[in-house]
Amino acid sequence: MAETAKNKVIKPIKNFSLEEYISSGHRACQGCAEVLAVRHVLKAIGPDMILAMATGCMEIISSPYPLTSWNVPWIHVAFENAAAVASGVESGLKALRRKGRVPDKDVTIVAMGGDGGTTDIGFQALSGMMERGHKVIYVCVDNEAYMNTGIQRSSSTPFGATTTTSPAGRIKPAGQMTWKKDMVAIAAAHGIPYTATACPTFFTDLQKKIQKAKEVDGPSYIHILSVCPTGWRIPPNKAIEYGQLAVDTGVFPLYEVEKGVWKLNRKPKELKPISEYFKGQGRYRHLDEKFTLEIQDKITEKWNKLVKLCE
Amino acid sequence: MTKPMDQIGWREIDAGAVITEPGNASCYHTGTWRSQKPKYDSNVCIRCWRCFVMCPDAAISPNFDKNIFTWNYDYCKGCGICAYECPVDAITMEED
Repeated sequence: MAETAKNKVIKPIKNFSLEEYISSGHRACQGCAEVLAVRHVLKAIGPDMILAMATGCMEIISSPYPLTSWNVPWIHVAFENAAAVASGVESGLKALRRKGRVPDKDVTIVAMGGDGGTTDIGFQALSGMMERGHKVIYVCVDNEAYMNTGIQRSSSTPFGATTTTSPAGRIKPAGQMTWKKDMVAIAAAHGIPYTATACPTFFTDLQKKIQKAKEVDGPSYIHILSVCPTGWRIPPNKAIEYGQLAVDTGVFPLYEVEKGVWKLNRKPKELKPISEYFKGQGRYRHLDEKFTLEIQDKITEKWNKLVKLCE
Repeated sequence: MTKPMDQIGWREIDAGAVITEPGNASCYHTGTWRSQKPKYDSNVCIRCWRCFVMCPDAAISPNFDKNIFTWNYDYCKGCGICAYECPVDAITMEED
């Protein structure tokens, strides 16, 4: 092994930017996959972009005043209106370009929010943006709870996860007793040209999807599962592995909806049992056999439905 | 280099609290958080880039001249993702 390794030479990766648009020195927790997702999103888009970001983990860790981690134009907006601000930036640029005040250059407008800022608080602004048809890429980095304030439940928290506001106990034995909001289907139902799910574990897939979203004429929505070692109670070095498991067990399938056509991007021959994904995660530690079976049934049902849609 | 918050007077702040220097968070060294340190063995490494791609802190960079990957210990938080994800175990974590 050692002999063959010696002859290996570092070759540049194809279609992969070595430029960093989110600088080191950000305050993310050890092993944060969310900031990794953001890193790949920015790499895929390139320097010509304007980013509007809702409050959330990524805003807190990247810009403790007077420091900023961003090497691209970035505007911090309140929890609810990332999509609204991005729409305004897009329309404003269009108007200024028409008047000849700004050079005619292709600039990508990106709005970014966590799962709280997308599925709960920023929902109506996002819906408005998609309905009006602004050419904005909306990226939701979903870590399945409000992590920066200390792990409170959001409507994106999956069934059975325990958080500080949905603790597992006598009255609610499973912790979170409601199912995760299907945000991708909601976005696709707006009839926007491009919707997709992605995971930083599959970074080539993620970058390809972002580049596709950049090309389409109209709004696009990318839902990224980003593993949170702090909130999910897993060791920091396993963040990438749990992303893989989420895809392989069918908890978070990778698919895209392009102009109404559904397509599965990764189809495992056989789904792994859900218990493999739950094992080791502190937020699912309280789950007994009955709940695991119940969740497994629901996941399989959802998966079959998705496979049928993608045929 | 930007001064810490408590040393900045209100007169020095730009209007609207705009930060004009991009990426100035790199003056803050997150390497001090670390308890474990990755150790790299270039003889075992197969140069697959996986550690570089999966590093959340962008602390790993390729050195094309020396044909190795280098770790920037100013920023490495010691999460251990590189060591865990390495397909040939060229990276091991040791006490810092």
